[in-house]
Amino acid sequence: MLMLKCPNCGVTAEETEFAPGGEAHLTRFASGSEDQAFSDYLFARKNPRGVHFERWRHAFGCGKWFHAARCTATLEVFGTYTGQTSTPPDDITAAVKAKRPEWEGFK
Amino acid sequence: MKRYSAFAIAREAFRFHSGWERAWKSPTPKAEYDVVIVGAGGHGLATAYYLAKNHGITNVGVLEKGWLGGGNTGRNTTIIRSNYLQDESAAIFELSRTLYEGLSRDLNYNIMFSPRGVLMLAQTEHELRAWKRTSHANRLAGIKSEMVTPERIKEIVPIIELDGPRYPVLGGLWQARGGTARHDAVAWGYARGASDRGVDIIQQCEVTGIDQTGGKITGVQTSKGAIKCKKLCVVVAGSSGILADMAGFRLPVESMALQALVSEPVKPVLDCVIMANTVHGYLSQSDKGELVIGGGSDGFNNYTQRGSFHHIEETVRALIETFPIISRLKQLRQWGGIVDMTGDRSPIIGKTPVDGMFINCGWGTGGFKSIPGSGWATAEMLADGEPRNLAAPFTMDRFKEGRMIDESVAAAVAH
Ligand SMILES: Cc1cc2nc3c(=O)[nH]c(=O)nc-3n(C[C@H](O)[C@H](O)[C@H](O)COP(=O)(O)OP(=O)(O)OC[C@H]3O[C@@H](n4cnc5c(N)ncnc54)[C@H](O)[C@@H]3O)c2cc1C
Ligand SMILES: [Zn+2]
Repeated sequence: MLMLKCPNCGVTAEETEFAPGGEAHLTRFASGSEDQAFSDYLFARKNPRGVHFERWRHAFGCGKWFHAARCTATLEVFGTYTGQTSTPPDDITAAVKAKRPEWEGFK
Repeated sequence: MKRYSAFAIAREAFRFHSGWERAWKSPTPKAEYDVVIVGAGGHGLATAYYLAKNHGITNVGVLEKGWLGGGNTGRNTTIIRSNYLQDESAAIFELSRTLYEGLSRDLNYNIMFSPRGVLMLAQTEHELRAWKRTSHANRLAGIKSEMVTPERIKEIVPIIELDGPRYPVLGGLWQARGGTARHDAVAWGYARGASDRGVDIIQQCEVTGIDQTGGKITGVQTSKGAIKCKKLCVVVAGSSGILADMAGFRLPVESMALQALVSEPVKPVLDCVIMANTVHGYLSQSDKGELVIGGGSDGFNNYTQRGSFHHIEETVRALIETFPIISRLKQLRQWGGIVDMTGDRSPIIGKTPVDGMFINCGWGTGGFKSIPGSGWATAEMLADGEPRNLAAPFTMDRFKEGRMIDESVAAAVAH
């Protein structure tokens, strides 16, 4: 079972307490943008086998959104961090790099 | 290929079964093929079979990283039905169901198609209305399905509890000609048929890179060396994102775990397929007597081929209220597969940004039933170089053009 720590309220709990929110740090394209950019924003995903940055909501806790860095091949969680950022913070990328030296960095 | 028949069984009985030949060949890969298909699941193998049978294209290599049929094709709960909401889906799923009816004979391989009927329960008012709408859509599309009352449901499935406090049975959508088939046999039968027509099926051969020059496909890198090809078709279900990444583009697909389990075997209690979509529970009984139960998919990206235990618990907890008789059964096995989920819960069959590279994916939680029709349509596309008729609506452009084929409304999980 997946365990996550909510950085908003500090609670560590099982995944049943959280709701997954998909790939994180997407650049938002809305009305006025190119069709392709808009459709990619809505649907195209990295979907990697390995390091993945994603959004989660502490649905049955404080109710707030946050981010997690997780490995989709092993379910290992490298760390969770604030929802108020558009790129993963340095301590999180360092934690990923420490566990996955071959990882090419956040793109 | 030696044909299987009652006579062959008798003949072999008299010579210690020494005369059976291998069902398919295990060749070493050629340096070049006209068409390379990545993935020997049902869809890849059916594509190869119909390429050879319908279009006479036999210089084809099917590359499989593990063993054929070891992906979702060998992990699914084998529900076959065609009562989908949208016309585009109805067309390809109904062709599939029809092909399944004659497949054992066509392949000379018993795929154990069992049209035992599929009953989709309506356990909320909303679901009842949704199934009524689907049944009207089916009638317009020429697909036989009908709404049934709770009384009729009790006749079809005597072990059902209609008046459960949380999940009362309000009605159902019944497709009498739906059913199940033996999943491995579908893969094996197509593999045997394709191999017999000259297709090379190469197992233990993982594709690790995609070669292109000037935006045009030239071949693939594999664990057994480089293989050139004129056309490439990627049919790898949950691994589609990995192959797309090798070729340098992204797909509107996310990979997630979907689970199933079987109970210990019991005497016959259920002779149709039950789908309880409100609670994400699917139930049928195998010939061995095990109850085959499928559940909902996890909501997060996952490549581990195992899902979260609480999903199994949720599924079983809800099914027990509707089928109290199964409450004492023990779970025998549980497993997961990695399903490729698209935004509108419909598949993708079409070209990719790389010239000469095609893709068939996005069947998600419901692509066993579509193996024959999908193989048929994909072979047609590979032969012509363009998606035709059945495949045309399922190209990737639909996400850009806003012409979704929305099946997620009809059944959030479309097994
Ligand atoms: C638990 C579960 C229950 C399901 N229940 C149903 C159901 O009741 N009814 C229904 O219609 N559908 C159901 N499905 C969905 C159905 O199983 C799939 O849609 C279908 O089997 C997909 O077939 P495929 O040939 O596309 O993929 P797969 O059978 O997964 O085949 C893909 C193949 O590609 C290979 N591959 C991957 N990467 C590479 C590589 N790099 N190089 C070479 N080979 C590679 C894999 O090893 C695999 O063998 C279920 C799925 C699951 C997991
Ligand atoms: Zn919290």
